[in-house]
Amino acid sequence: MLTILMPTVTNVNKLITNYLDQHTQAAPLAVFRIFFGLMMFVSIIRFWVNGWIEKLYLEPKFHFSYYGFDWVQPLGIYTYVLFAVCAISAIMVALGYKYRMAIVLFFLSFTYIELMDKTTYLNHYYFISCLAFLMIFLPAHRYFSFDAKFAHERAAYTVPKWTIDCIKLLLAIVYLYAGLAKLNSDWLLNAMPLKIWLPSKYHLPFLGDLLQQEWMHYAFSWGGAAYDLAIPFLLFYKPTRLFAFVLVVVFHVLTRVLFPIGMFPFIMIVSALIFFDPAVHHKILSMVSRLIGISKTAWDANISKLKTVAVPQTQKIVVGAFIVFQLMFPWRYLLYPGELFWTEEGFRFSWRVMLIEKAGYAQFTVKNAKTGKQFTVNNADFLTTFQEKQMSFQPDFIIEYAHFLADHFKNQGHQNLEVYVESYVALNGRLSAPYIDPTVNLLSVDESMARTSILLPFNDTIKGL
Amino acid sequence: MKKFLCIITAITAVMACSSDDSNLVPEENTTDNFDRKAMLVHWADQIIIPSYQSFNAELATLSTAITTFTANVTPENLSDARQAYRDAYLSFQHVAMFEIGAAENVRFRDRLNSYPTDTDEIHSFISTSNYDFSLPSTNDTQGFPALDYLLYGVATDDASLLEFYTTDTNAEENKEYVRAVTSTIQALSQEVLSNWQNSFRSSFIENDGSSASASVDKLTNDFVFYYEKALRAGKIGIPAGVFSNEPLPGNVEALYANDLSKQLALEALDATQGFFEGKAHTNGANGPGYDDYLEFLNTIKNGEDLSGLIRAQFATAKSEINGLNASFFEQIQTDKNAMLQAYDELQRNVILMKVDMLQALSIDVDYIDADGD
Repeated sequence: MLTILMPTVTNVNKLITNYLDQHTQAAPLAVFRIFFGLMMFVSIIRFWVNGWIEKLYLEPKFHFSYYGFDWVQPLGIYTYVLFAVCAISAIMVALGYKYRMAIVLFFLSFTYIELMDKTTYLNHYYFISCLAFLMIFLPAHRYFSFDAKFAHERAAYTVPKWTIDCIKLLLAIVYLYAGLAKLNSDWLLNAMPLKIWLPSKYHLPFLGDLLQQEWMHYAFSWGGAAYDLAIPFLLFYKPTRLFAFVLVVVFHVLTRVLFPIGMFPFIMIVSALIFFDPAVHHKILSMVSRLIGISKTAWDANISKLKTVAVPQTQKIVVGAFIVFQLMFPWRYLLYPGELFWTEEGFRFSWRVMLIEKAGYAQFTVKNAKTGKQFTVNNADFLTTFQEKQMSFQPDFIIEYAHFLADHFKNQGHQNLEVYVESYVALNGRLSAPYIDPTVNLLSVDESMARTSILLPFNDTIKGL
Repeated sequence: MKKFLCIITAITAVMACSSDDSNLVPEENTTDNFDRKAMLVHWADQIIIPSYQSFNAELATLSTAITTFTANVTPENLSDARQAYRDAYLSFQHVAMFEIGAAENVRFRDRLNSYPTDTDEIHSFISTSNYDFSLPSTNDTQGFPALDYLLYGVATDDASLLEFYTTDTNAEENKEYVRAVTSTIQALSQEVLSNWQNSFRSSFIENDGSSASASVDKLTNDFVFYYEKALRAGKIGIPAGVFSNEPLPGNVEALYANDLSKQLALEALDATQGFFEGKAHTNGANGPGYDDYLEFLNTIKNGEDLSGLIRAQFATAKSEINGLNASFFEQIQTDKNAMLQAYDELQRNVILMKVDMLQALSIDVDYIDADGD
């Protein structure tokens, strides 16, 4: 009896091997590759046209780095080259032309851009980096691509099923974790921060007045959490799939109307197509073929329906490890003391999307420890308004900036430096409260130390995950 | 396939009409909603335009007084010119925070009130008669601080000051410079007022959305910026030495008039509090302002009475400044700690307004319209 209920190690191994050996049609992967590349191309161009390369990467005198990545800095005028590389590689990904090189280039250039300044951190940029990394190991160029056309012997009609499932899984993790993160008392019991955000959308036709109603804030909070938690399952389960996709479209279009979130909604909508059966993707590819004037039938006729792709063992392991990492990493906040929303230690890279409203004010004092003379820093001398805003409520930014100030004033000839900060933070509509301990010399701490050692306590409780 | 076509079409349609700067038609407001348009109308018609009208009237008086003085340099005419300068400078405190529209384009505040003024540059301009006040580099050679110097600071006593405009070798050029400074202030102010009265009022009121470039968002940013940088730092913090190793008494407003700095600070504080409370400029009648807006939002949020806290903090800061010497220059020399205390009280409202109020109003503290999460 026991042996039947508890599969042995060999049985599990067999299950895994069987799964890894399953194959499915390559069309969904090809469609995903094409749309991903196009979306990325449009995003980069939009970024460029909006003048954000100058504003975010060239104009600031100082950039906030991720821990251990301070060697990643904007490249001056060559930053444009970086963006150009990113845009061109995105197009090459879409075309499936020299795909492996293109996706590696895209991943590296895009991730480099995101690492240049953490002021601009957005979950959806991290999502793009994750997807791009994953795609390095997927045979997305074996069907309906220039690579398959030019090296015909490498074209394949089917691919291992897991190469498509891992994208679905990543999407499911993003939604599920975003949903789990919403299971807290601020979100569910106080409808915060939507109670702050939604009334400010008063100018929207029809919705504007409704958004002033308290019940709407609760409806959006609970609806948003339920959507995030349920949508992966609704997409996986065939009978509810089409309905789920309609929900995806409605939800993301709504968020696009309500919040300034750029291209992200469209990327998510298009990504969700991956859940559909190959038949749907063949139809999409037929449509694409008609648009660009090629014959999909002739194309398919050239490929043996039995031809498939073998993915090397190491790539399988990398993808497996990546998925395990994705499952574990968002929970790291549990290892840190203090309220997550207050310390933000372990907040990023965890799919906590539009979860809190936080604003702060930080005023730094540079002091000569020997003479006791001190002066206050005008942040505008060193930071853009955007950087100052992001810095003022995130402890790692505050510490990094304090060290930057010390270096700057040391170079000006100041000695025996100590840097203190008087800071206040308002979280989810609570009255602003003192944030960093103003008596701590920030030069005595670095980012590797627990933030609670310099943070004043958060005088409230937020229950939940 | 049709379903997909429909969905793709829908996405494209939404993509097209939800672009960042969408011109969505504003809804007529109902009772459920705070009437932001009414607030904008009140701001424009009862506060901003009347403040510029008062300021322009004071400037007309100033201009006449300066003309009279330079035509006939007498102690009486100097006294009249000084009085007109003081009245105009006080009146300026009521328009200084509205750096929007034409005021923003002409860099109104920078050109009218950059201090300390550059006296060496002024003298060099006078001796060469070659200056262009529209250049940003000339900000600290014009406006009220220059006038302050020219009417109070060019000599140590009134008798020698009169000589600067009579027996001085450059007397004519000196007179010309005072007139040029005055007429520039007047022209700029007239330009801003005309702009409000002609086209800007309606575009200001119509722009009642909630994007970063909408009127409420933009003017609120201007207001908070003014309070933080020009009032708190400029008038009190910088001269008291908050931002430097040593106090900088020479950086007080109206340095040469000497006994005017406290009055100017109090006037500016009254003006900002009045704007916060939506008080009409001419009769002080209460209208829609930030206080009402915050109270409306609090009926949804049931949080702290932010409006009351900010009002109370204005009162505390005011009483702290009231206790200071009429001359901040002297106050800093005798007891700079009193100045620092006043600064701290002003600072508390920076936090309440810049952090709490902007959060409550859901207004971003920056103009970069970068994407959010």
